[in-house]
Amino acid sequence: MTSLHWAILAPFLLAILIPFFYKYVRQIHTGWFVLVLPLSLFVFFLQFLPITSNGGVIHETVPWVPSLGINFTVYLDGLSLLFALLISGIGSLVVLYSIYYLSKKTESLNNFYVYLLMFMGAMFGVVISDNLIVLYVFWELTSLASSLLISYWFHREKSTYGAQKSMLITVFGGFSMLGGFSLLYVMTGTFSIREIIEVADVIVTSPLFLPAMILVLLGAFTKSAQFPFHIWLPDAMEAPTPVSAYLHSATMVKAGIYLVARLTPVFGGVAEWFWLVAGFGIVTLCWGSISAVRQKDLKSILAFSTISQLGLIMCLLGLGSASLYYGYGTDTTMYTTATLAAIFHLINHATFKGSLFMTVGIIDHETGTRDIRKLGGLMSIMPITFTISLIGVASMAGLPPFNGFLSKEMFFTGVLNAATLDIFNMETWGLLFPVLAWIASVFTFLYCMIMFFQTFTGEFKEENYDRHVHEAPIGMLISPIILGSLVIIFGFFPNLLSYTLIEPAMAAILPGLLAPNETFYVNIYMWHGFNTELFMTIGVIVVGTLFFLSMKKWAKTAIYLRERDPLNYVYDHSLVWLVKGSTKVTHIQMTGLLRDYFAYMITFLVLMVGYTLYRYNAFTIDTVNVAEISPYMWILTFVFIAATLSIPFINHRITAIIVVGIIGFLLALFFVVFRAPDLALTQLLIETVMVVLLLLAFYHLPELRKEKFTPRFKMTNAVISVAVGVVVTLTALSAYALSHTNNMNPISDFFVENSYDLAGGKNMVNVILVDFRGLDTLLEVLVLGIAALGVVTLIKLRMTGREDV
Amino acid sequence: MLHTITRIVTFIILLFSIYLFFAGHNNPGGGFIGGLMTASALLLMYLTFDMTTIKKALPFNFTHIIASGLLIAILTGVTSMLLGYPFLHQFDDYFNLPLFGEVHLATALPFDLGIYLVVVGIALLIILTIGEDDK
Repeated sequence: MTSLHWAILAPFLLAILIPFFYKYVRQIHTGWFVLVLPLSLFVFFLQFLPITSNGGVIHETVPWVPSLGINFTVYLDGLSLLFALLISGIGSLVVLYSIYYLSKKTESLNNFYVYLLMFMGAMFGVVISDNLIVLYVFWELTSLASSLLISYWFHREKSTYGAQKSMLITVFGGFSMLGGFSLLYVMTGTFSIREIIEVADVIVTSPLFLPAMILVLLGAFTKSAQFPFHIWLPDAMEAPTPVSAYLHSATMVKAGIYLVARLTPVFGGVAEWFWLVAGFGIVTLCWGSISAVRQKDLKSILAFSTISQLGLIMCLLGLGSASLYYGYGTDTTMYTTATLAAIFHLINHATFKGSLFMTVGIIDHETGTRDIRKLGGLMSIMPITFTISLIGVASMAGLPPFNGFLSKEMFFTGVLNAATLDIFNMETWGLLFPVLAWIASVFTFLYCMIMFFQTFTGEFKEENYDRHVHEAPIGMLISPIILGSLVIIFGFFPNLLSYTLIEPAMAAILPGLLAPNETFYVNIYMWHGFNTELFMTIGVIVVGTLFFLSMKKWAKTAIYLRERDPLNYVYDHSLVWLVKGSTKVTHIQMTGLLRDYFAYMITFLVLMVGYTLYRYNAFTIDTVNVAEISPYMWILTFVFIAATLSIPFINHRITAIIVVGIIGFLLALFFVVFRAPDLALTQLLIETVMVVLLLLAFYHLPELRKEKFTPRFKMTNAVISVAVGVVVTLTALSAYALSHTNNMNPISDFFVENSYDLAGGKNMVNVILVDFRGLDTLLEVLVLGIAALGVVTLIKLRMTGREDV
Repeated sequence: MLHTITRIVTFIILLFSIYLFFAGHNNPGGGFIGGLMTASALLLMYLTFDMTTIKKALPFNFTHIIASGLLIAILTGVTSMLLGYPFLHQFDDYFNLPLFGEVHLATALPFDLGIYLVVVGIALLIILTIGEDDK
């Protein structure tokens, strides 16, 4: 166990202690105890920065299930460290914010912080694990913790609905991902990502490549809220705002991004990966930005904006994977730009989206509403919140001089480069990328404007709020201020992180492209001259502003008024349909009638045995060794068959029992004929006892009711019975033929020879029963004893009245 | 009439059942059939006389009989284990007993006795339980 292992496990360990802090140290807000951990982890992870920025990695293994190749292996490179810093850094800020956001008097803070710490630890585990199964375990833990956090206010119906939805969708993806991981294991024989990357060329040629890729991508897309799996994210906004800020903007939704980036060296460089990742990314980007415009709730706007920005990052990762096709050279810098942009935007998005969620939380907390139709004129009342929001919104819209502008420009560069690609059939559809990207940017700009102007400008209406509106306490403002400052710092000094964080992360996503001791060229210019990207941005601003100014006209259109994502209807209806359908199927098959179940079982048996006979061509009739049939055997058989066939036609119960008894005595006669005196004796006695018992029991029953079956039902029963008889007969005949064509010697010869010598008995049957196979007898007698006790219990200990068992 | 016949016949059946029980090793018969036969003899008595009389004459708890039968059968097995043989290893030998002459005795006999007792017990227990039930 190295310090890195402990760092992953630390949040879980602290989570165990939280309830004690909450219970015994009531006067201090539990959050303060929690805050120490992400802060110290942030500092802890910072110390690895020099190592990874020089291209070093840390790789430590603790065996977990070594026989299955599952080891708790930590692997820290540029990409993992970037995520670890994001998780611990934003985690600290969110915990600090939550201390002021959640009241220690009214909220059950122990639950909240336990879930949050659980999530934090799971997230560290996802990004630092090298073993796919360990990664999967932590991945599902994030889903679980996320659902718990969404349903934190579990008495609200919407919270549990959102939690269930996110659980169903992300766990669906998680399972698919597990399938993909298993296929990777089948192809490579290892669960270690490192080792899988080393044999990536084997995987590409494998027939399992495409299924594995699609399954893994399903996991990544569901977690990262890509189209069409994004529908859970807006409903996850029922969580407390710190949770939305942390999980649903900065960390958990980026787990899918992380997975795609991490596995790019495995799957990247082929057309399918390129098209799937980039295609779904750009569709999500457009869908999310257009849907965000329709929202009236601040958090919903942010949710859809998160979806769209995640689509943007995903698209860039897909575009960047093209460089794996070319290999690194001076001329491929233009393709790696996309990967660079993805990482840069990942950081930027975490900063501005985190701060925006926090300001929205403040507005919600101080005004009691998040509806943009009610809000307005908060600029002068909440000046600090206003400033932070301005920075965040401007960065999100892609305006200079904030960091969002830079990443957006690089995004445009990426899609413009993609349009010039001449691989993967990009010649035909490549132009779609910049066009869609530009349209999405227009809508992004538009919803940013709506969100900002509707909240802060206009007239302040006192009557819209149920409390006195004022600026938030300073403690709540610290975190958004820090994030807002980062937005500005990264905007003005974009190269601050270039070679410490971004380049190592790129090297992790695109390994093998670099010659040793070479690094990617990462330089982000604040000003890059008058080029196409700049004109595109200007176009975005102009068109976006025009849209916003004409808002009164199109705000009445039906499509604008529909807030719910249409895909929700698909989800809701399929859920209802699923329940209805399965209920229906259950009702059809589970009739509650034993005779139906019996028919199922028998039909299944007949089909299985019949098919096996047919499939292996097993049916043979062999009459070579058949013994002679004496006349009285014929007579006996005839009477036996006649008695058996008469039973279904007897309507009187007692008569039926007596006929059954006759059959039993006939059977005893058969035993006599076939020279089995012990069996004949036992059969006679047992049959007598049985008939007596049946008469005793059925004497008390009412007269047989004429059951009215449809002729068709009777027909089915007859067919099934005949089929059973035929199949069993065929099997017996075939088994008989098999037994003597294969010259198998019966074991009975041994008993015949040895029953007197070894056991000292001349009655072979009895010697077998008590000596050779005495254990069977012992247990059969035990069965009889249990049956007798069962009868006694049933009759003597019968419940009187309606006692509960 | 019935009472008289029953008195005689019961003895014959009981004797026959004991014969069947002891004959099992070398002739048709054995613990199972012997037990059923004994049970039918006792049943005949129950049918002829009333329940309470027979209960007075045969004050057995059939559950105990089942238990002791099982115990005997299992103990036969365990004894062979104690002597270092596998479970239910059977021994047999010839003995010269006074009055009987040369007798062949086997440990299969106590095992069969266990089965006999269990079968008698369960047959009577089931039938009497159902018979006594008047609900």
